[in-house]
Amino acid sequence: MGSIVLRQVEKVFGDVTVIPPIDLEIADGEFAVFVGPSGCGKSTLLRLIAGLEDATAGTISIDGRDATDLAPAKRGLSMVFQSYALYPHMSVRSNIAFPLKMAGLAQADIDAKVKAAAETLNLGDYLDRKPKQLSGGQRQRVAIGRAIVREPSAFLFDEPLSNLDAALRVQMRLEISQLHQKLKTTMVYVTHDQVEAMTMADKIVVLNKGRIEQVGSPLELYRRPANRFVAGFIGSPKMNFVGGAIAAAHGAATIGIRPENLAVSRDAGDWLGTIVVAEHLGSDTFLHIATDAAGTLTIRVSGEVPVHHGDRVFVTPDASALHRFDDKGIAIR
Amino acid sequence: MSTQHSRAAARLLVAPSVVLLFLWMIVPLALTVWFSFERFNLLMPATREWIGLTNYRFFLTDPAFFAAILNTLLIVVGVLAITIVGGILLALLLDRPMFGQGIVRLLVIAPFFVMPTVSALVWKNMFMNPVNGLLAWLQKAVGMAPHDWLATTPLFAVIVIVAWQWLPFATLILLTALQSLDEEQREAAELDGAGAIARFRFIVLPHLSRAITVVILIQTIFLLSVFAEILVTTNGGPGTDSTNIAFLVYAQALLQFDVGGASAGGIVAVVLANIVAFFLMRMIGRTLEG
Amino acid sequence: MARRVTVTQKLGFTALAWGVGMLLFFPILWTVLTSFKTEAEAVASPPSFLFFDWTLENYTEVQHRSNYVRHFLNSVVISLGSTVIGLIIAVPAAWAMAFQPAKRTKDLLMWMLSTKMMPPVGVLVPIYLIFRDLELLDTRLGLTVVLTLIDLPIIVWMLYTYFKEIPGEILEAARMDGAGLWAEIVHVLTPMAVPGIASTLLLNVILAWNEAFWTLNLTAAKAAPLTAFIASYSSPEGLFYAKLSAASTMAIAPILILGWFSQKQLVRGLTFGAVK
Repeated sequence: MGSIVLRQVEKVFGDVTVIPPIDLEIADGEFAVFVGPSGCGKSTLLRLIAGLEDATAGTISIDGRDATDLAPAKRGLSMVFQSYALYPHMSVRSNIAFPLKMAGLAQADIDAKVKAAAETLNLGDYLDRKPKQLSGGQRQRVAIGRAIVREPSAFLFDEPLSNLDAALRVQMRLEISQLHQKLKTTMVYVTHDQVEAMTMADKIVVLNKGRIEQVGSPLELYRRPANRFVAGFIGSPKMNFVGGAIAAAHGAATIGIRPENLAVSRDAGDWLGTIVVAEHLGSDTFLHIATDAAGTLTIRVSGEVPVHHGDRVFVTPDASALHRFDDKGIAIR
Repeated sequence: MSTQHSRAAARLLVAPSVVLLFLWMIVPLALTVWFSFERFNLLMPATREWIGLTNYRFFLTDPAFFAAILNTLLIVVGVLAITIVGGILLALLLDRPMFGQGIVRLLVIAPFFVMPTVSALVWKNMFMNPVNGLLAWLQKAVGMAPHDWLATTPLFAVIVIVAWQWLPFATLILLTALQSLDEEQREAAELDGAGAIARFRFIVLPHLSRAITVVILIQTIFLLSVFAEILVTTNGGPGTDSTNIAFLVYAQALLQFDVGGASAGGIVAVVLANIVAFFLMRMIGRTLEG
Repeated sequence: MARRVTVTQKLGFTALAWGVGMLLFFPILWTVLTSFKTEAEAVASPPSFLFFDWTLENYTEVQHRSNYVRHFLNSVVISLGSTVIGLIIAVPAAWAMAFQPAKRTKDLLMWMLSTKMMPPVGVLVPIYLIFRDLELLDTRLGLTVVLTLIDLPIIVWMLYTYFKEIPGEILEAARMDGAGLWAEIVHVLTPMAVPGIASTLLLNVILAWNEAFWTLNLTAAKAAPLTAFIASYSSPEGLFYAKLSAASTMAIAPILILGWFSQKQLVRGLTFGAVK
């Protein structure tokens, strides 16, 4: 139904190449997340798929059909925008009904579909309100409602949760994941938040400066990052990088160790250091330790540990979990 | 957010405005330049001929011209000074808590909506007239000799009238800007030990700078071309005491029918305005960027 | 505004502000009062403020002697006509510049603004001669055309700043939802743009109503709007203060009321959106 295939797609604004030629395949029913720092081209890539921007070169096929020159509305896609882009002068009902009205459906059909969408999204009580009178989470639901009534072959989400507070973000994340499981429709989701990418995606596409750094499942990227950029971007707290003699001893320009792969001991270990900050979260403890040999490292320890700022401790990396990178930042396997 | 198609459509939609404004600017201006090199009097159309720079020489050596430039600048500077200082003071006052603030606002901005000819006539006859004017009556009431505004201080009288019309504008804009000042900033400054004057100097005034820039720009556009107020009150006189460039060109063209001379004056006015505009546009360009 | 202010302070500010407000408003108030006096009372010394024989005869007299209604209608036709034509030309331009900005859009806007900098005397002579040759002098049509052109930059700018506030994402959402250009304009853009267009209309009617360079130079008896008609009172004709006041009151009343309603938009409009 909703496969999306990009072949050598390129976008140039004036003399600036925003996206160098890219190849990408998103399978039908897949939840694909484009993730990367701001300005990496992830939103542009989404807008190319949506048809809101022309591709400078290359072809975009949707559902097996060449859609490169199709108008946005003809591509059978729905989009949820960062600002939700609700029509402020229309009620929630009219907002959700708008795409159906544009498609020329009979009023009875429109009513039935709007009702069904409102039930799915718990919006039944708000149908006659204006967007202004809704909370951020409710607006988000209306935007999703407007997207699902069209029964598109794929959904596009452009950083839909970035305007919500932290608690609501976690809840909406769950709701979107559930929606995907229920509808089984292809979803393409853009975010700068790697946690959203890790928790929601079937397939993550990591972008940096317009280029695709790596494509894979969340755990693939976590376990086997292709390069330093992906290694540093995926995972929280960030991976520690150590260069110099220590890395050379492992035959690499840089080695990376995730915070959970470092052990702390008061008595013995590889690197001696001083605790700069200890963050006690209850379930975990994050230690920032300035080591004498390997610079400042972040360490994650499960549960509570009785250490304090200023303590001298030893840090030992788990040798089996090292990531090695060459002088160009490419992973050595 | 653009595609080839929509960009082409956009150019088409902008075209009428651009073409009309271009024609409105270029065609008459070119004609003015052309006329300014001619001997061209509407009363003697037969004598029309090319005379090069004579009109300019004539115009630029005319003492009335220098008086007019000086008067033009005095009007701009005088009115700007009164309206900006007065506007800041009024805005600060109106920003205070008081009863009936909305009504006071209406009273203060009202003069801006009075058409120039009406305000000029009302001031001329009912206030500044040395016999029947209210100001003369006030002076007599306190035992002074009535002042003949339009005969003895005509330019000052014009400045007063124009300033009365523009003070509301400056006040309204500065008040709007003042009300957008973040209250927390003021409180932070107060906690930092800044007194009322220091707060005004270092917090309020910088915040108002953008609004002040805008007021200067807009008012200058209009003040360079003050016309109706002069026509109705003093007719440029006595002599050339209250003639500005706009009025001088009008008099040359439509009273003396000297198209050539008036055109030369018009070009001089355009050059003058461009010099002023050059600095102003840079100012507002920067302001609008932010 | 959590600042506590004593009642005394508040009363002080109130008195001062009302004093200044009345002082600035006084010329208008005085004009209105004078319009209800007889000519003799209008120049009486000491002047009478409220206790005079109120009369309406000046109003009927003004209409009777000079066909006031015609000049009033001239003002209405010219100011409304020039604004509406200006809007018809400017709406597409502002729309395109706000939603399809090109590299030169900013320059184009600044250029339009700069045309306002040109002093009208720079083009007075040729415009006067062209109008004379086309027999447009002293016609409503001629004046409407001129006011349309001098107001066009302000109209474009105002609309542009209003349109800029409509998020582009909403129009893109409409496009994704299957709306064609026409549906986009009718169902989405227009409902959101109407308040801005209305403000622009209001402010430009006010500006055109009070325009007093071209109206004075390009009209005579026939097409003269109120600005030019009132100016004809400057020629001395004996005792005329009361009638002048009546004519003035009628000329400024409608626009004063419109203006009071449009305070907010006025600031925005006249500062090209730089101050809101």
